[in-house]
Amino acid sequence: MKEFKRITLLCGHYGSGKTNVAVNLALELRKTFDRVAVADLDIVNPYFRTKDSREDFEAADIRLICSEYANTNVDIPALPPDMYTVTDDRSLQVVIDVGGDDRGALALGRIAPAILEEGNYEMLAVINSARPLTRTPADTVEVLREIEGACKIPFTGLVNNTNLGRETDESVILNSVPYAQAVAELMQIPLVMTTVPQWLYDGLKGKIDRLFPLTLQKKY
Amino acid sequence: MKGNEAIAEAAIIAGCRHYFGYPITPQTEIAAYMAKRMPKIGGTFLQAESEIAAINMVYGVASTGLRVMTSSSSPGISLKGEGLSYLAGADLPALVVNVQRGGPGLGGIQPSQSDYFQATRSGGHGDFRMIVLAPSSVQEMAELTVKGFELADQYRMTAMILADGTMGQMMEPVALDLDVKPMPEKQWATTGTKMNRPHNIVNSLFLDPAALEQTNFERFERYKFIEENETMYEEYLTDDAEIVIAAFGIAARVSKNAIDEARKQGIKVGMIRPITLWPFPVAPFRKAADKAKAFISVELSMGQMIEDVRLAIDCKAPVTLCNRVGGMIPSPEQVLESIRQTAASLGGAN
Repeated sequence: MKEFKRITLLCGHYGSGKTNVAVNLALELRKTFDRVAVADLDIVNPYFRTKDSREDFEAADIRLICSEYANTNVDIPALPPDMYTVTDDRSLQVVIDVGGDDRGALALGRIAPAILEEGNYEMLAVINSARPLTRTPADTVEVLREIEGACKIPFTGLVNNTNLGRETDESVILNSVPYAQAVAELMQIPLVMTTVPQWLYDGLKGKIDRLFPLTLQKKY
Repeated sequence: MKGNEAIAEAAIIAGCRHYFGYPITPQTEIAAYMAKRMPKIGGTFLQAESEIAAINMVYGVASTGLRVMTSSSSPGISLKGEGLSYLAGADLPALVVNVQRGGPGLGGIQPSQSDYFQATRSGGHGDFRMIVLAPSSVQEMAELTVKGFELADQYRMTAMILADGTMGQMMEPVALDLDVKPMPEKQWATTGTKMNRPHNIVNSLFLDPAALEQTNFERFERYKFIEENETMYEEYLTDDAEIVIAAFGIAARVSKNAIDEARKQGIKVGMIRPITLWPFPVAPFRKAADKAKAFISVELSMGQMIEDVRLAIDCKAPVTLCNRVGGMIPSPEQVLESIRQTAASLGGAN
């Protein structure tokens, strides 16, 4: 990304890979900024949370803002008490990992006014055409519009995170680019990046614009 | 896709257009997926007021001969117990999914396999069985869902997918070009007589005890046939195995890693992975017991399948338990250690 806004919001369809992108983006930001935080506002997913990367964050000196109850048996849509740090502490560079779909995006409602007022944010839609309910541009846009409706923050950019997990190969990424471009056109927002697993980065470098390597691959 | 989504999409592919459920972690994605998809394909998704209501709606649709399903997780399945028994008593086909979580009681939301007894003995009161299918990959979640509908129709009984939280939540690529056999004709279904046939009656109440006894006898004749014809299992490196692991679902995936490592260390260990938990695949265990000196049952329970393993091998070899419970999963290292200890106890055999 050419220039980082203070807050990067990652929203998208359930299971599109928001957490994986969030974790990698935070590590990338830490190369430029001293104070970086990841805020996990997921109120949907019971397992596979940013908390799984706690040790990686500690090693990289990245602050994790996350519900005490993530990965426990407390099955309620809890938000972390220090989530207001995201908007209150403007010296912090933040990646916000939001829960999937419109239901997950609801959690943003509480801090959306402050984010909009500050106006220093990027609202990114993470899309993955390998997911069953967002296989076509039209279906994807339907989900993204529902998300915007729930959190009242319009998208400003697109992250093409199309992948098939460990079975991702070059063709999966290459074939996803026209899909991502079509979504970008329908949404009238730029395609900010196409993510690629580290092991495919060298092979695809130069073939796709704004390629972002995912160095850390965990199962979320 | 997620395991839960694979089940939902496979059900739609199998021709299921009626889903009734009530949300509970870690299976809620099935309901959420159905809520999105069913209206688009002319199907019915209904979030019932409770699990009990949902299973009785299943009973209603099953009576008409249409493919129908519900899904839940452990505590919700307990609530469905009465309905499961009524489905059995009325000989109705249905698919029920249990994405298990830790128990007993409200327990937790993390994965578990501790509903094995409930699923394989019976989910409710009275003499009955359910066909219980245990997937071990997201692909199998899809394939066994189709198989479950087919077996349910073929034998007029409930088929249950017994998965666990990990299988429901994990994401893997899935090929959805699933083979679906045509649905058998259901002459017993309550589809309206159109005044040219006698009424079909779906019922589990019998006023004459001798008649009720007869329905039980006939049902168990069918169960016997299923036991002889419908077992499914996978064998992994059992040909020369001196130690045989029994594991299903997520426990089998963990065990496979441990077996590969143990083989590198020269230990002759293999695995039988039951895919049908009822009917339990007795034959491969019996055969393995001719050569194997010890068995290990790897489970996310306090030891439930281990009883079926002991019965299957007629106690010809010792069976030990390697387990974690309460939402914890055995690690490959723990299983490997169990294999090594068993190998050591066999003395010079290795």
